[in-house]
Amino acid sequence: MSAAHEQAFALRRSFIELRARERARAILDDASFRELLGPHERLKSPWLPPQGIVAQADDGVVVARGTIAGAPAVVLAIEGAYQGGSLGEVSGAKIAGALELTLADHRRGVATRPVLLLETGGVRLQEANLGLAAIAEIHAAIVELLPHVAVVGVIAGMIGCFGGMSLAAALCSHLIITRQARFGMNGPEVIEQEAGIDELCAADRRLIWSLIGGEQRFQTGFADALVDDDAEAIARAVREAFVAPRTPSRTLQIQRYRQCIASIDPGAAPGAAELRAVFGHGGSH
Amino acid sequence: MDVMHFDFPAATPVARRAHVGVVASGDLEVLIEPATDQAARITVTTSVQGYGTVWRSVIERFVARHGAAAMIEINDFGATPGMVMLRLEQALEASR
Repeated sequence: MSAAHEQAFALRRSFIELRARERARAILDDASFRELLGPHERLKSPWLPPQGIVAQADDGVVVARGTIAGAPAVVLAIEGAYQGGSLGEVSGAKIAGALELTLADHRRGVATRPVLLLETGGVRLQEANLGLAAIAEIHAAIVELLPHVAVVGVIAGMIGCFGGMSLAAALCSHLIITRQARFGMNGPEVIEQEAGIDELCAADRRLIWSLIGGEQRFQTGFADALVDDDAEAIARAVREAFVAPRTPSRTLQIQRYRQCIASIDPGAAPGAAELRAVFGHGGSH
Repeated sequence: MDVMHFDFPAATPVARRAHVGVVASGDLEVLIEPATDQAARITVTTSVQGYGTVWRSVIERFVARHGAAAMIEINDFGATPGMVMLRLEQALEASR
């Protein structure tokens, strides 16, 4: 590492190390942060305490209003340190409700910018179908927002983004990712547990990151920006995403992805390099 | 999971409500708000069972030191007593 690199590393403010509330503050313009349904409202999970689990006062989701580059914005930040960032009935409803209100804003001519800070293993298993239903509402709201506005997702790590919320990330029109992040449907531990260690060794970090790490997801076109773990760099990438030219969302490029998948022989699982060759960097952004 | 309540007389008012911390492994969140009377009323919900005596000691020391007349809610996920005291004092600082 050169001296200049060392200095840049020392000066940066890690985004990964910030908690959800501080992450939302870092994305919004200075001093514009205003929280809705904050911890003092005590909108907690009613399902965790009967199962012997301590509930957090905000159920692990921060809904923050404010501005991004002067425009009205809403940032939905998931707290990864609480129950693995899992989404239950309440936390899921906070995100879905905020996105639906954003849609209502657009329909009455207010161009609110939605940002999702994703740090989540997906649905909260203790809340099962209620969490899944909320995640489905989040998906529906994102799809409805896409014709109106860029929907920007950020996966910073270290948890990453998995399960039903990986589908929400994939629906975003712009996805910003760091090298430390992982992004996939099933997490490595789940794959190893369900399909055996011959299928995937969850302890093989080099293999895991080569397949679902942030850099690979960027190089294969599943993320649009690869940024350093730096709060200002990530906030800048979010601002740039809202002024970038709009192109057809990945979720609308059905033919293209069908062809990519058809070109893969499941009997000969492709490695990281082959996946880059198949999917390329989407070229959509 | 254990739930405990502690009430102590306390005279120093807190200015505003505040929230610090996360219900993460080895950590806790603290919600503090001004009390309506001259008392510190503390509710602890903790994932660890059987540590009532330790909780009482930590909270007694906190109230003795600061005398904050406040409603305090603690949601704990296995924090050490030192961590609990730091979060309580952080919450008090944020409520000034």
